[in-house]
This record gives sequence, C-alpha cells and structure tokens, in this order.
Amino acid sequence: MIRKVTLVQLAIVLALVALLEALCQAGVIDRITMPPPHRIAIDFVKLMASGKLWPEIAKSMGNVLLAFAIAYVLGIAIGTALHAHRIVRDTLDPLFATYYAIPVFAFYPLFIVMFGLGDGPQVLIGILLGIVAVIVTTLNGLDHVPAVLRKTAQVARLGPLATALRVTLPFCAPYLIGAAKLALAYAFIGVIGSEFIMARSGMGYEIGFAYTNFDNATMYPLILLILMLSIVMNGVLTRWEKVLLARRGIA
Amino acid sequence: MSDGPVSVDEPHRLRNALVLVVALVVVWELAYLAVGDVALRSPWQTLRFTAKLVQTDLFHEHVTNTLQAFAAALAIAVTLGLALGFALGLDRLAGDAMEPMLVALYSIPKITLYPILLLAFGLGMSAKVAFGAIHGVIPIALFTLGAVRTIKPILLKTGRVLKLERAAMVRSILFPAAVPEIFTGLRVGFSLTLIGTVLGEMFAAQHGLGYLLMNAISLYNVDVIMSVTFLLVVFAAGVNAVLLAIDRRLHFRA
Repeated sequence: MIRKVTLVQLAIVLALVALLEALCQAGVIDRITMPPPHRIAIDFVKLMASGKLWPEIAKSMGNVLLAFAIAYVLGIAIGTALHAHRIVRDTLDPLFATYYAIPVFAFYPLFIVMFGLGDGPQVLIGILLGIVAVIVTTLNGLDHVPAVLRKTAQVARLGPLATALRVTLPFCAPYLIGAAKLALAYAFIGVIGSEFIMARSGMGYEIGFAYTNFDNATMYPLILLILMLSIVMNGVLTRWEKVLLARRGIA
Repeated sequence: MSDGPVSVDEPHRLRNALVLVVALVVVWELAYLAVGDVALRSPWQTLRFTAKLVQTDLFHEHVTNTLQAFAAALAIAVTLGLALGFALGLDRLAGDAMEPMLVALYSIPKITLYPILLLAFGLGMSAKVAFGAIHGVIPIALFTLGAVRTIKPILLKTGRVLKLERAAMVRSILFPAAVPEIFTGLRVGFSLTLIGTVLGEMFAAQHGLGYLLMNAISLYNVDVIMSVTFLLVVFAAGVNAVLLAIDRRLHFRA
C-alpha cells in the first residue's frame, strides 16, 4: 500500500515535469518565461559546480539556522513557563489564535527602519514567524503529559526546571519534533522571503536580482534549490516524527 | 492553526482579548519611548496619522487595488480549494498520494515562486491575484480533504443506500457534515490569501498597500510605514476574530 502511494506520487511529479518539458518544447511556454526542465537541470549543475553562489547559500542557511534555533529554544522555554501560569496563558490565547492571520512580513519595513538593512531584520522575521507555533505546540504537548508522571516527579522531589527537563519535555518529544518542523519551515520562509523583498545578499536576494536581469539561468536553478532544500528538511523531520509517534504507539 | 483550550467561555475570552489589546498598546508605547522618533511612532501618533491617511485619494487608490486583488484571489482559492479537497477526499489513493505533497508545498517559501508568476502573467493585477490564490488554495484544500475523510461512515452508507448521485452526495451529505472543518480551512485560507496578496505587492508592484509600505522605506516615511502596518494588522486580526467566533460556534454545534 505504501509503495503504491509512493509510486503514484512519483508518477505525478514525473508527469508534471514531462508536461512542462512538452509545453516548453512546443513553444506554448516561451523561453523568456521559463526554460525547459532539462535546461534548468543543466543550469543547476553548472551553477553549483561554478561555486559562485556558495557564499550566498551559506549566509542564508546560517541565518535560517540562527532564526530556527532562537525561535525553537525560546519557544519551548516560553511554552513551558506559560503552562505553569494558567491566567497568563488564557490572556495570551486570543493572540495565539489570531497570530497566523497577521501578515508578519508587513513588519519588515518597520524592522529595517529600526535596525538597518542587515541580517537582523531577516532573522527577526524568521523568529517571529516560527516562535508562536513552537509555543502553541509545546503547550499542546504539555497538556498531554499524564498526571502520574508529574506525581512521580513530585515524589522524586524534582524542582520545576528538573521536572521540565527530565520528565515532561522528554515526554513531549513527538510534539517537539513537530514544533521543530514548523519552526524550521517558518525560519526558511522568513529569511528567504525577507531577502527577496529587500536585502543586499542571500539566496532570496539573488533570485530577485536574477529576475530583474532576466537571468533565467540563475533564477530557476536557485528556485529549484530552495524548493528542494525545504522539501528535504520537511521530509526528514516528518519521518523522524513518525518514528517517534510509532514508538509511542500513537500513529 | 491553534485554537487553544476550548474550555474558556465567551465572556472570559472577551475579557482576555481586551486585557491583551491593552497590554500590546502598553508594550508599543514603551517601545516608542525606548526607540524614539527616529524609527517609531507612538500609538496615539499612529492613530492620528492613520485618520488623516485614510482620507487621502492616494490611499483610496491603493486600498481599492489591494482589495480587488485580494477578493479575486480569495474567490479563486476558495473555488479551487473546495473542488480539490472534495475530489481528493473522496478518492482514497489520490488523497493519500496528494496530501503529503500538498503539505510539502505548504511549507515551501512560496515567495520564491513569485518571479515565475511575474514572468508568466506580467507585472500587474493578474500576477498578484495568482500569488494570493496560491497561498490560500492549499490550506482550504487540506482542511476540506481532512473534513471529508473524517465524516462518519454511517452517513456515507446512508447516502449509498439511498442511491445518491455523486453530486447529490456532496450537496446533501458530505458538505453539511464537513462544514465546521471546511470553515476552519476557509478562515486560514482567508488570512493566507491576504498575506500572499500583500507579500506580492511588497516585492514587485506599482499599486497596493504592500507597494505603499515598500515605497515608504525608500522615502524613509515612518508615519506611512506605521499606519499601513497598523491598518493591515487590525484588518487581518479583526476579520480573523469574527471568523474564529463563527468557527467556534460551528464546531460547538457539531
């Protein structure tokens, strides 16, 4: 059954690529709009081999990881602290419920004015996008901790910090992987998106730059790279999450 | 994405929201006091400037442009999303195959696809509409798919016993049973379509609120940046609050 689904997925992707190739070859999609997929693949290999964009890629990925790490650690800490304070949590509930309706990118110009056009505003957007997802997922995980575990921690006379680090958070591991998935995806969207809107370097900036210069030989391979990176990161964490959930007998 | 604990009742929720709004205004004022006039405006200054800004013709032109693009994008996202969700929800194999792919698409930085849309549609309304629609269609499809799948089998069996046609099955059984979840999808889709539309304007456009924001950076016009950001946030949060209230009622009834 699983293999059948994978085969269908593979067939869909191949069919789409073949369709694009056919449309490009037939001239329905002109070359200025999009080069045929095989051309993109060749350009991709050339671009990677030339190595000229490696510094940009490294810089973007560094910022993505930084935003991810801050959003993740801070989010878990805030989530754990909130879980112990019912009133604060209830007060913040409307914010959590509305947060993802707010266009966080709209704050980017404000951050540029406040902090200057550097890495700061980009990382900040990545953190802001991800942190609430981490907080909410952590809270959700902690809600599921069985009372017996908390009691055991009490019997063992563990303090609040030790209880969180050694009992409740390890129990939440599957949730925390889910949170990592969200935080990483949002860090990626935040950093690349900000670079794209306005920046001086980075992968997003290079795509925008290539677009303005009609440089499809750079633009399409870079877009392809970003899509592949985000799909691979998402896939790896999803698999890990499934393994952890299976071990718990949840899925 | 998060609905928090369901136990909080209506009057409490209102009080929490009020406390929160007051707290946010206080934080904003404190930030203003800390940063100063160079990069921020106080809540009161922003409100006053916003009141002036919304009366100008220029602003009207940009708002109308954004709202038109947003409305068109939302219409496309809802139509496509519902159709896709129902089609995939009714077909086990297609649903199993497409769901993870849609989730993966959901998590990519879609903004990188915008140049492709610009090349395909040209700089203007249609590229913006397409970009907004791309953001909204996936969550609507995913929520609809999930809603159709989790319908109680007994309802489907009843439909089959009554020998309902596929269209009649969707209209009289699937849709009513799936409405609460579908509505959640529409709520999320609404927000993301708005985000997508504005995001598109921020990268490349000659009209719209997103353009106004980016233009204000190059002019270093903090008043405009604060006011437009404020309006966008209030609009997005306000509509979402209303939709969320309806959403909760629908789920409660179900």
